[in-house]
Amino acid sequence: MRPALAVFESYLTVYRRTWRGSVLGSFVLPVLVMVGFGLGVGHFVDAGGRLGPVRYLDYIVPGQVAVTAFNQGSFESMWPVLSGFEWSRTYHSLAAAPLRIVDILGGDLLFIVFRLLTTSVVFLGIAAAFGAIHSPWAVAVPFVCALLGLAVATPVHALSARMTSDSYFSLLLRFGLIPLGLFSGVYFPVTALPSALRLLAYLSPLWHATEVCRAATLPGVPMSALTLAGHLGYLAVWLVVGFWLAVLAFRRKLVS
Amino acid sequence: MVVATSFGPGVLGRLDSSARRAGSVTRRNVAALRSAYWVVVISGFFEPLLYLYSIGIGVGHLVGSLALPDGRLVPYAEFVAPAMLAASAMSGALAESTFNFFGKMRYMKLYDGILATPVRPMELATGELLWAMARGALYSAAFLGVMVGMGLTRPLWALAAFPAALLVGFAFGGLGMSLSTFMRSWQDFDLMGTIQFSLFLFSGTFAPVASYPAGFRLCVQLTPLYHGVELIRGLTTGSVHPVLLVHAGYLLVMTILGLLIAGRRMGRLLLK
Repeated sequence: MRPALAVFESYLTVYRRTWRGSVLGSFVLPVLVMVGFGLGVGHFVDAGGRLGPVRYLDYIVPGQVAVTAFNQGSFESMWPVLSGFEWSRTYHSLAAAPLRIVDILGGDLLFIVFRLLTTSVVFLGIAAAFGAIHSPWAVAVPFVCALLGLAVATPVHALSARMTSDSYFSLLLRFGLIPLGLFSGVYFPVTALPSALRLLAYLSPLWHATEVCRAATLPGVPMSALTLAGHLGYLAVWLVVGFWLAVLAFRRKLVS
Repeated sequence: MVVATSFGPGVLGRLDSSARRAGSVTRRNVAALRSAYWVVVISGFFEPLLYLYSIGIGVGHLVGSLALPDGRLVPYAEFVAPAMLAASAMSGALAESTFNFFGKMRYMKLYDGILATPVRPMELATGELLWAMARGALYSAAFLGVMVGMGLTRPLWALAAFPAALLVGFAFGGLGMSLSTFMRSWQDFDLMGTIQFSLFLFSGTFAPVASYPAGFRLCVQLTPLYHGVELIRGLTTGSVHPVLLVHAGYLLVMTILGLLIAGRRMGRLLLK
């Protein structure tokens, strides 16, 4: 664990100088969506009453915190990883130190968890100020977000490590991450989707995390222990398989 | 410097040779397209469609119908689709005229090379903007085609909305290029991205501006995307009224100002 902590510390040292830039993407944008969508569009959704007694703002807040973690987990595993191999080549420097592949990856993931936890805690605080948090279980949400973020960060790490140009990221975004973000029940219930798309939503880690977050912040959305274990277990599978793929990809690049 | 053109050495001849030089800047971009890049260009078609389907159909399911400025009720997808078109024209034009433009100017030093030829800064700005618009035109046409296919607008209204979408692109392309000449580093783009995203959310895109608080509504009505959204929405929904001319005029003035500022600033930055 100590070597991974050292890698983590090196990221924190850089982040102390660059955190201001991340404030916009991590906090300001999600809050803008919450206001613009939750209140702006929510005004009309609530008037129509199609969500029952639930306010639209309350409905999208748990989805928004999950999709923010989803985006953060993937973005932190795209350009930074490509840069580490191709541009700044920090991974090659790390590999020259007495570190194993799992230490390097572990340091990366620790930093991502740190970003995920801080972002989701701040976001929840703002959502609470808007009166959108209705259950003490909301304290569990940052941990669900951390799990979701890691569940996407690990496979994306594996992909980015095999890329040579950042042009492919626009493809990954347009055919992978954006559709998942839009069709995973964040902005509207997946039951509104045709059955083929709904199946895809059920495969999406984001949908599973959104369900759990929603149960944790909305009143009267009970979730059985078995369902909860199913959702979290599914995310854990992504994390474990993704980690294994990332180790393989990193080993191929760094050990020869 | 004398360039032989079919119009001779008079004003028309000067304009003609100027247009040719701008055209050669555009053709450079076409020549630089690589095979892999095409996939990325084509994938740009899908993004607005995904948003249209998710927001228009999915959220539309929750919203139902909304009122247009003239009081007519339309399904949410019909309300939101023209706004998506305007927003994608904006973001396409800004991406090309800021990120790519800035990279070419500061890092690839492309414009130092181009300005060593007879091409003048204004022609360079025009040529680059034309290239951004050519891509934007393809995306807009495809999007309007899908809107007609989904029954969100009539074919004739879609034809009328096409030049409006181009105008939105030109206005933001000009703005983006002049902004790029003021950017100090990539970090400034984060701020621009945030402003762009706020415009995307609060320009009457997802909810009618009439539902905004009064003071906020006034601010929104000063911003460019609002005019683009209202112009295109007026056309695709077929609710034409004289105010559309005001929207178009705003965007036209913005295009001309953007090009003038970009041309002048680039001359100052690069021709030292």
